[in-house]
Amino acid sequence: MENTVLRIESFSAYFGDNKILKEINLTITKNIVTAIMGPSGCGKTTLIRCVNRMHELIPGTKVSGEMFLGSHNIYSMEPILLRRMVGMVFQKPNPFPTMSIYNNVIAGYKLNGIRRPRDEFDNIVEQSLKKAALWNEVKDSLHRKGTFLSGGQQQRLCIARALAMNPEILLLDEPTSALDPKSTAQIEELFVELKQNVTMLLVTHNIAQAARVSDFTAFLYLGELVEFGPTEKMFTVPKDKRTEEYLTGKFG
Amino acid sequence: MEKQINIRLFKDTLFKGLVCLFAFASALPLFLILYYITKNGIAVINWDFLFNLPRPIGESGGGIGSAIVGTIMLIILSGVISIPFGIATGIYLSEQKKGKLSSIVRLCVIVLQGTPSIVIGIIAYIWVVLPLKTFSAMSGGIALSIMMLPVIIKTTEETLKLIPYHLKEASLALGVPYYKTMLKVILPAGLSGIVTGILLSIARITGETAPLLFTAFGNQFMNLNILKPIDSLPYRIFYYAMSPYPEWHTFAWGASFILVVFTLVFNLIARGISAKWKTQF
Amino acid sequence: MMSNCKSPAGIDRSEKRFTWILTASGAFIVVLLIAIFFTLFITALPAIKKFGLTFLISKSWNATAESFGSLPFLVGTLLTSFLALIIAIPFSISISMFLGEYCKEGAISNFLRSAIEVLAGIPSVIYGLWGIFLLVPLVRSLEMQLGIVPYGVGILTSSLILAIMVIPFSASLGREVISLVPGDLKEAAYSLGATRFEVMKNIVIPYARSGIIAGILLAFGRAIGETMAVTMLIGNSSFLPTSIFSPANTMASVIANQFSEATGIVASSLIYIALVLFLVTTIVNIIGNYVIHKISIEASKEVT
Ligand SMILES: Nc1ncnc2c1ncn2[C@@H]1O[C@H](COP(=O)(O)OP(=O)(O)O)[C@@H](O)[C@H]1O
Ligand SMILES: [Mg+2]
Repeated sequence: MENTVLRIESFSAYFGDNKILKEINLTITKNIVTAIMGPSGCGKTTLIRCVNRMHELIPGTKVSGEMFLGSHNIYSMEPILLRRMVGMVFQKPNPFPTMSIYNNVIAGYKLNGIRRPRDEFDNIVEQSLKKAALWNEVKDSLHRKGTFLSGGQQQRLCIARALAMNPEILLLDEPTSALDPKSTAQIEELFVELKQNVTMLLVTHNIAQAARVSDFTAFLYLGELVEFGPTEKMFTVPKDKRTEEYLTGKFG
Repeated sequence: MEKQINIRLFKDTLFKGLVCLFAFASALPLFLILYYITKNGIAVINWDFLFNLPRPIGESGGGIGSAIVGTIMLIILSGVISIPFGIATGIYLSEQKKGKLSSIVRLCVIVLQGTPSIVIGIIAYIWVVLPLKTFSAMSGGIALSIMMLPVIIKTTEETLKLIPYHLKEASLALGVPYYKTMLKVILPAGLSGIVTGILLSIARITGETAPLLFTAFGNQFMNLNILKPIDSLPYRIFYYAMSPYPEWHTFAWGASFILVVFTLVFNLIARGISAKWKTQF
Repeated sequence: MMSNCKSPAGIDRSEKRFTWILTASGAFIVVLLIAIFFTLFITALPAIKKFGLTFLISKSWNATAESFGSLPFLVGTLLTSFLALIIAIPFSISISMFLGEYCKEGAISNFLRSAIEVLAGIPSVIYGLWGIFLLVPLVRSLEMQLGIVPYGVGILTSSLILAIMVIPFSASLGREVISLVPGDLKEAAYSLGATRFEVMKNIVIPYARSGIIAGILLAFGRAIGETMAVTMLIGNSSFLPTSIFSPANTMASVIANQFSEATGIVASSLIYIALVLFLVTTIVNIIGNYVIHKISIEASKEVT
């Protein structure tokens, strides 16, 4: 399909001999938000860390199956090049403490030694911060350290840092779980804005958040992809009994 | 009952008194030493003393100029040798938390740290002085760099271990290769701790005398050639202190004053850096 | 788009080179230590061959007769170090208890802690100089009162200076171990009505005992290797010491005093001494650090 950004085909992941993900099949289309939900420990983080091959950095892990980013086979390309095409935002905001806000945004270029003229960088910084809805708050303090910002601002800075690389897909691992309700609301609004142009894979254990921001939802349970479909449909008429139990708070 | 409690309380107070007494008595030597150094040392310190070369006994106006220059040269030499190795090994240990080689390396660092400085002096003598057939600044620098290594390695390892793992992940997720992540993200984040460690190790070796006895040896002339013997503050203090001349004894105190200032300054800068520059995560 | 970047193959090469450099510098430390050992061993070999292990128990050190034994220096080392520890222990344990239990923070404890740190940073040669001008006259007048030869220099003088020098070292280790004693243990004892002294005696000290002993062991390792101050104060005598007032030599000080003029079998014998010194400090350090390491692992287990 023209619109497919990410295709996951009978994909499994292991920690040692523990099979954490079991034969996952999933297709993500362009410019939509897909939420991955499920009880804690079901493998959500593992799944998105397999998309940019961060999973394999942990000793003793292995994977099987295939993933495609557009036309690239993820597991036969250079991890470093892959990761430049895939943005990732972590649970805890992690701006680089030694860099200014400005340099944090273009860290993907600077650290990789990708040179651009100064005004192009200025432009990338402004556009990325605007996309992350942070520009107005920091435009006068671009050369201060990113760690002086509040938690919510730091997380939006990390989103800007990921967006600055023009990623094919943005992976978000419970990006609001360390934030207060107000910052959470701001970031959720931001997702709704962003999905005009960005494909997002959002891990959340917050059912309400999945309902508020996602177009599609995948429900993961004990490493199995139990159900995948349009969010509205899944929340109103879940096909699987386990999905229904999860949504009604029977477990997790 | 009442009496027993009183005895117990008395013992408690007595013990506390003894602990305080002994604890504070331990600080007494410090003040005595500082008092002696200041009293005997400050009187001889003037520009001539700081800049002139040592002169034979009987001639007035001798100084410790060559010793100060020598000590600075030794610091630079040993720093140049030990800092790259120390930091690289520190990174290695912080990255290899488990593993056979890294635990052996850790053990070796401990052993090296406990090795008496005189033994290291002999080693540098055998390795450098014998082949070159002359005492030299180089051999002294090598001896001192062996003494600096464990301190730098340990502080680098400890500092880097405290840097949150998620910073490394943030960088790797941007497609930054591992080596650039370490050099451009992790090392800068730990820089203040590492610099502190380097300064503390310099403070430690600035006053080392034993490894210099058979290496840098001492030289009453100004020398900037690293392949020739060189003077140094601690060596000069030793030389003057062991001499029978009262005038030279006062020189020893003056040189001690300068040496203590050197070490204190390094210590203070180290503390200042670790307090001020500390990276906030 | 990635025009200014290295190719993946180039990155791979840099990556490999980087890990290689790290591993190599780690391995370098191991090689360095092994090289130190073998250098000492090989250069001491003539003396080892000639005197064997009797070197350690023979008490004659005679250059003209070319007969060498290190017993006077072993005894000198052990005497000065033990005496120094005996003097230092009450002080360093008091500091440990004061900083680790009685007065953990505040201006007074900061003051004491800084004083101890500065004391630890004062160069050995300055301790020696100070000892010459303060301790030597003191010991000399003591000797005169006792009616023995008033050398001033000797084992006692060296022990006093060594004690001052190792106090900061063992105190900082002791403080760490004492502050590792779990608070709930102490609270349990307090809640039973124990006084602070009783808590110290029955809870804190027994709990921290192995750590304190390890600290003393490491201080011992320090003391036996300490060179300059001792060299300046011990009197450079190669005879077996007969009392704590005798001038003597430690293993370190005999090297410092005699190595520059030594050649041939004398040099080799001095290096033999250095080898023994190196082995002893190595063993002492490994044991001491092993105990401390185990304690800190146990403590971290208890927290979680
Ligand atoms: N470093 C690890 N080593 C071994 N097992 C792990 C590790 N990290 C996670 N796991 C296991 O993998 C499973 C999935 O973890 P994760 O993907 O983090 O779950 P989620 O993000 O859904 O909470 C969990 O059962 C966990 O026990
Ligand atoms: Mg998770």
